[in-house]
Amino acid sequence: MDLRATAGGVRISPRAGGLCQKGWTAAALLDSPRRLTTPLIRRDGELTPAGWDEALDLVAAELIRLRGESGPDANAVFGGGGLTNEKAYLLGKFARVALGTSQIDYNGRFCMSSAAAAGNRAFGIDRGLPFPLGDLTDADTVLLVGSNPAETMPPFLQHLRSAELIVVDPRRTATAERAARHLAPAPGTDLALALGVLHAVVADGHLDRSYVDSRTIGFDAVWRIAAGWWPERAERVTGVSAADQRWLAARLAAGNAYILTARGTEQHSTGVDTVSGWINLALALGLPGGTRSGYGCLTGQGNGQGGREHGQKADQLPGYRRIDDPAARAHVARVWDVRPEDLPGPGRSAFELLDALGTPDGPRSLLVFGSNPVVSAPHASRISDRLSALDLLVVCDLVLSETAAMADVVFPVTQWAEEDGTMTNLEGRVLLRRRAVDPPDGVRTDLDVLSGIADRLGQPAHRFPADAETVFAELREASRGGLADYSGITYERLAAGERLHWPVLDTRHPGTPRLFADRFAHPDGRARFVPVDHTGPAEPTDAGFPLHATTGRVLTQYQSGAQTRLVTELNDVAPEVFVEVHPDTAARAGLADGDLAKVTSRRGETTARVRCVATLRPDVVFLPFHFPGAGRANLLTNPALDPTSRMPEFKTCAVRIGADR
Amino acid sequence: MSARRVVVVGYGMAGARLAEEIRRRDPAGAVVDLTVIGGEPRPAYNRVLLSAVVAGTMTPDSVALHDEDWAERHRVDLRLGTQTTGIDRDNRVVHLADGSTVDYDVLVLATGARPWLPPVEGLADADGVVAFRSLDDCDRILAAARVGAPVAVLGGGLLGLEAARGLAGRGNLVTVVHPVGHLMERQLDPEGGRVLAGTLARLGIEFRLGVTAARYLPGDGLKLDDGTLVPADLVVVSAGVRADTALAAGAGLDVDRGILVDDALRTSDGRIHALGDCAQHPGTVSGLVQPAWEQAAVLADLLTGTDTAARYRGTPVVTRLKARDIDLAAFGDPHTADPADEVVTVSDPARGHYAKLVVRGDRAAGAIVLGTPAAAARLVQHYDRGIPLPADRLGTLLGRVGDDTAPTTDNPADLPASAVICRCNSVTKGRLVQCWRAGATGVSELAEATRATTGCGTCADTVRGIADWLAETS
Repeated sequence: MDLRATAGGVRISPRAGGLCQKGWTAAALLDSPRRLTTPLIRRDGELTPAGWDEALDLVAAELIRLRGESGPDANAVFGGGGLTNEKAYLLGKFARVALGTSQIDYNGRFCMSSAAAAGNRAFGIDRGLPFPLGDLTDADTVLLVGSNPAETMPPFLQHLRSAELIVVDPRRTATAERAARHLAPAPGTDLALALGVLHAVVADGHLDRSYVDSRTIGFDAVWRIAAGWWPERAERVTGVSAADQRWLAARLAAGNAYILTARGTEQHSTGVDTVSGWINLALALGLPGGTRSGYGCLTGQGNGQGGREHGQKADQLPGYRRIDDPAARAHVARVWDVRPEDLPGPGRSAFELLDALGTPDGPRSLLVFGSNPVVSAPHASRISDRLSALDLLVVCDLVLSETAAMADVVFPVTQWAEEDGTMTNLEGRVLLRRRAVDPPDGVRTDLDVLSGIADRLGQPAHRFPADAETVFAELREASRGGLADYSGITYERLAAGERLHWPVLDTRHPGTPRLFADRFAHPDGRARFVPVDHTGPAEPTDAGFPLHATTGRVLTQYQSGAQTRLVTELNDVAPEVFVEVHPDTAARAGLADGDLAKVTSRRGETTARVRCVATLRPDVVFLPFHFPGAGRANLLTNPALDPTSRMPEFKTCAVRIGADR
Repeated sequence: MSARRVVVVGYGMAGARLAEEIRRRDPAGAVVDLTVIGGEPRPAYNRVLLSAVVAGTMTPDSVALHDEDWAERHRVDLRLGTQTTGIDRDNRVVHLADGSTVDYDVLVLATGARPWLPPVEGLADADGVVAFRSLDDCDRILAAARVGAPVAVLGGGLLGLEAARGLAGRGNLVTVVHPVGHLMERQLDPEGGRVLAGTLARLGIEFRLGVTAARYLPGDGLKLDDGTLVPADLVVVSAGVRADTALAAGAGLDVDRGILVDDALRTSDGRIHALGDCAQHPGTVSGLVQPAWEQAAVLADLLTGTDTAARYRGTPVVTRLKARDIDLAAFGDPHTADPADEVVTVSDPARGHYAKLVVRGDRAAGAIVLGTPAAAARLVQHYDRGIPLPADRLGTLLGRVGDDTAPTTDNPADLPASAVICRCNSVTKGRLVQCWRAGATGVSELAEATRATTGCGTCADTVRGIADWLAETS
C-alpha cells in the first residue's frame, strides 16, 4: 500500500488489488491517544512514566542479576510473527549472544508451525506458497482447507475469482458462502477427510502414477493407511458425504488445481499430521511443482513467513537453519563473531516456555516483543498466573496491551509507518517498507530497545545496530547458504521494485518464484509421502461438555485485538466477544439471540453474547479470540500440543453453554 | 520380566488389526511376544474393498493391509498358509496342521466367518459357483465373468448388491435372486427396498424377488422354485456367513452362533479371547468391520496393560452400501412399531429418493436414507454423536442446512437494510442507500463514499445492482 502524509494525517491507499477495513483504518493508530509515548516502570504496584535511560538501566541491571543468580536461561524472550525480518533476526541474536539464553520462542508457534513442520517433512523446505500468488488466478480449482480469507485477508479473494472455489470448514464462513461447494467436517476430523479423498483418488483412477514414481517416495506406506479410509468410513467420522469426497477427488484431478491449508488445518494436537494428510493428497494428484498447480499454506500474521526464518524460533538460526546443526552453528557464529560452542542449544517452545515462567526450573524474566500472550495463548488464565510469577516482565508495544498492563517495565515503540524494515509475504517475496512519518516524541524502535539493552549488558556497539538496513546487511550474511537465503537481496534492489522470492543467491540472482519446478529440497530431489492416520481431537466431547468450541477471527479485528480495538471504525463493527450457536442448541440451553451466555470448558469460562447461526452444526460453537478480560476465548482452549510442532489445539475443545446469571 | 506370549489365530481384518494395535502400544515387543497364524498364504487384505476389486476399480495388490516385510519390521512371528488344528487348553498349546505347536500365555481367536451356501440342489462344489468372501473368490469371479456374460447373484443383502453393482459396471448381465420380497430386509423396509431395486434396475440389474433357487444347472443357470430359469455362466453366492467356531467348539469353549465373549472379549476360558466375525458379543451384529476394529483396540489395551479398564460395549451399526451411483445408509431401528416414536418419511421412487427417520426423544433412533448423500452423512453424525435433531426434520431429510430454505434473492429490493454488501469494509445496503440519497449515485461515487468494492472487489456487481435499482425506483 502507499502512504501519504497529508495535513489531515496519513492517507493510505492500496498499491494494487485492494485493502480491507483494517488496512485503511490502520493510520488511526498512528496518532491514537492511547499510544504510549514514554517508558513505564512499575512503582508501588502502579505503572508510572520514566525516562529511557532509567528504564533501560533498570532492565539491564535486573537481567544481569537474574543471570548471575540462576544462569543464562533465567532470562527469556518472546517474539511475534508481526515483527520485521530485521527485528526477528536481531531478537534471536540478542537472546543467544547478549543474554546467552536458549529460552526464546514466538507467537508464530501458535500460527504456522504445523504447516512449517509438515512442509519440511514433505518438501525439505518451508515456504508458505512455493509459487507466486498470481498463479492462482489461472487455477481451475482452488481447495481452501481451514481458511477463511473473506474475513482474515479479503484482498486475497481477488486471486480466486476465476477458479472454482471449494472450502473445507466446520462452519459456513463468509468464505464458504462464496464457494462453489462447502464441505463441513466435524471439528478435528480434517485428516480423516483427507484420507477419504485420497482413497477416492486411487479407487476412482485419479492417481498420477508417473508423477508419484518420478518425483516422490513413500506412497505405498501412505496407501496402506488410506486404503482403510474408504469414503463411507471417512463419512461416518467427518460427516462429509462419500459422494462429496468422490466428487472432490475427481474435481481436483480434472484441471489446474491448488490445495491451500491454513490455521483450521494446523491448530490441532495433530496439526502436523493433518497438514501432511493434505500434502499427501496433493502429491498423489501430482500438484506440487506443476506448472499450473500446487500446494501451499496461507500465512496468518503480517510477517508470518519471514518471522519464522531468521532465528526467533527456539530451534532455529537465521536462514531457516537448525540450531542443532553443527555446520549451521559454525556459519552463524562466524557472522556473529562468537564461538560456536557459546551459542545455546534449542529451548522451550512457545506454550511450554510461557508455562514454565516463574517455576523453579523456568525463566525468571521475560522480554516480550510484538505479542500479547495474555489474550492469544491457550488456557489464558494459566498464562496470566505464570507471568505474575516472574521477577521481571518487560513488554515493548505501541499501546498498553493486556500483557503490557502486567509488565514491570514497558517500552513505547514505533509502528509500521514510522520505521524501515522488510517483511516476507506468504509467497516468500521480500517487501521493503519505508518510514513514512516521524514517530511521536519519546517513542523508539524495537531495534533501538535491543541495542540499548545490549549496550548495557556490555555488548560491543557494532553487534546490535539500531539501523534497519545495517541489520539487514548482516541478516543477508547470516542467511547465506541457508534454505531461506537472502544474501542476494538488498534494500536497493527492493526499492527499485524488484520482485524477489527467496532464495536469492547473489545480487544478480533473479530469485526463485517457483521453488519446486524441477526438484524438491530433499537431497535426492524427491518429495516425501508421510504416512499419517486420523486419531481425533485431544479432548472429545462428553455428557458434561457436549459441544465442540472452535476459535477464529472476524474481519475487523486483528490477533489479540490490542490495536484494532482502539480503532473506532473497526471496533464499532465487532465491539465485543460473541459466541455463534445453532438456534436449536441455543434454545435447548434457554438462550436467545443477543443473550449473554456462559461458555465453560474444563479450564475456564467465558462470557459472550449469543449469535444464532442456523448453518452451524448443532454440536459446534464458535468464538473469535480477539477480545480481552472475561471475553477471552483462550480461557477455554486446550493447550494440548502437537508432538512435532508444539502447536496448541486452538481449534477444538469440549465445552458446555448456559445462560449467564 | 519377560514378555507374555500372545498367539493370534487368524490373519484377516480382525487379527491383522489386533496385531497393529498391539504394536502401536508396544512397538518394541517389551510387553507382548506376538505370534500370528494365518490360513491364507498371503498378507492380510482389506475384505471391505473386495467389491471394488470385483468392480475393477482396485487391484488385489492395492487392497493388501500389510506389505511383505510388515511382520519383520513389527516383531511379529507371522506364520502364513498354516491351518490351526487344535487347542490344548490344559497345556496352553495350539497345534498346527504341519505338526508343530505354539505355546501361549494368552490365545486370541480371530477365525472369522465362512460363507453360507443355501441348500440348493447342485450348488455345492459345482464349477461356475463362487462365494464372495476372499481374494481367491474375486479371482475366480473375474476369471468367469467375461464381459457380456450373464451372472446370477444369489442373495440380495449388502454384499450381494455390491457384487451385483460391480459386475454390472463391468458389463455383465446381472440377475439378483433373493428369497424375501424386498432387498436388504435386515436394514430396509419394503418401500425402501423397492426404491433401491428401482435405482439398481436403472443401472441394468434385474431382480427375482420372493423366489428361491431350487437347482443349479451347470452351463445353464439357476432354476427357481416358480419354475423359471435365470441364465447364468456364473453364480455368485452371497447368502450370508456363519461364524467359524470349529476350533473353539473343539476345545470345549462356549459357542452359540459365534464364540461367546464378554465385554473384555473373554471366552468361557479366561486365557482365551475372541474378536471379529467369529465372536458373539451381546448386542453386536457381526459381519461388519467397525465392531472388529473397535474390539481390536479394546483387546490391545487389555493385552498390553495400556488400559486395564478398557471394555467393549458394542458398536452402533450403520449400514452403508458401497457402490458407485448409489447412496444408501441405514442405521438403528427404522422398523419401529412404537406409537410414541415420531416417524418422518419422504418418498420419490421415480428419482431414487427415499428417506425414513425414526425420532425418539429428539434423537435419531433409526433411519433409512437413499439418494440424498448429504442427509445421510448428517443423520449418521447425529446418531453416532447423540446430537439432538434439528427442529426442521423435513429439511434434515432433504439434506438442507440451516437457512438454505430462506429465499435467496438477486433482487436488491428484497435485501434487508442490515445486509452486509461489502464484507471487506463492513458496508451495509442501508449505508449504500443513505449515500446514494446524499448524492453518490454511481458505483465509483458509492465506492468513494463508503469504500465498498475497494477491498477484494467481489461485491462490485451487487453494488452496481443496488445503484441501478435505486436509479429505477427513485
